[in-house]
Amino acid sequence: MDSPVTMITGTRKGIGKFLVHHYAGRGHQVVGCSRDKLDWALEGYEHYIADVSDELAVKRLFSAVRKNFGRLDNLINNAGIASMNHSILTPASTVQNILNTNVVGTFLVCREGVKLMQRRRYGRIVNFGTVAGPMRLEGEAMYAASKNAVVAFTQILAREVAEFGITCNVVAPTPIETDLIRAVPREKIDRIVNRLAIRRLGRFEDVANVIDFFIRPESDFVTGQTIFLGGV
Amino acid sequence: MKETLLALIVKAASELNLQLEYKIPVERGVEAPLYGQNGVLDSIGLVSLLAAVEQAIEDETGVSITLANERAMSQKRSPFGSIGALAEYAESLIRAGG
Repeated sequence: MDSPVTMITGTRKGIGKFLVHHYAGRGHQVVGCSRDKLDWALEGYEHYIADVSDELAVKRLFSAVRKNFGRLDNLINNAGIASMNHSILTPASTVQNILNTNVVGTFLVCREGVKLMQRRRYGRIVNFGTVAGPMRLEGEAMYAASKNAVVAFTQILAREVAEFGITCNVVAPTPIETDLIRAVPREKIDRIVNRLAIRRLGRFEDVANVIDFFIRPESDFVTGQTIFLGGV
Repeated sequence: MKETLLALIVKAASELNLQLEYKIPVERGVEAPLYGQNGVLDSIGLVSLLAAVEQAIEDETGVSITLANERAMSQKRSPFGSIGALAEYAESLIRAGG
């Protein structure tokens, strides 16, 4: 079998960057995107500048993937933004940014990804949720709402594309030591961690482990599911 | 332009036929029924065909169009009824700038 083609969004840093190295190390042909230029490089990794909420940019990205690789096996929708703030202090522009990247962006990338995957009647899509929804985390109302939208979208998309041999699932991480939570006070993070069944911050490897499971060819009977890390 | 589009659609339909139980009668050319009355495609088949045609048009002409839009759904005569109707509709979208 040819090495799989795996696309990962939001690869400039954090989990996305880790996942590029993880899957390139496993022999995947990895393609990724971010809004800004990378300050790192990896042999064999193909990077594009694209904002996932920009429809034209996403179409161009997939057009390039189609021409350069002719197929897509795995799509990991990691690109996302968070913003911690009390609801009554959150401007509409922040809400729009969150929804554009997390919901519209996930939708656009899935839509174009499915078009490419359905030609070979095979595909694995993994979207990103959060524990903030089920944990009802104060200060993350719109972030959690956007990720709950991603879950609902994924569950229904899973049914729409099942006939194409494509599965769609969600990995929902706990707080991980990334830029997303760097601005959050330690005490607040500790309070969240103490409510988990397994009381520690998440690691990139925890996220990769769930994605590994979802994208295995043998996971063709697993779709529309969300796995929450940490025991929420 | 119309001939090019027809050729693209026939090619996409022929490729899709490899996966279909009830084949699109591509030998009937513009008359070949697709979706709706007398059509051979179910909704998933139509989705597959439209996605393949959109990609083929983009590769051939560099123009990115969306075939299944609100305008398509509101037409009196469905643009997805036959290969000919689809070619005409695609041409109108390309002329309108995608």
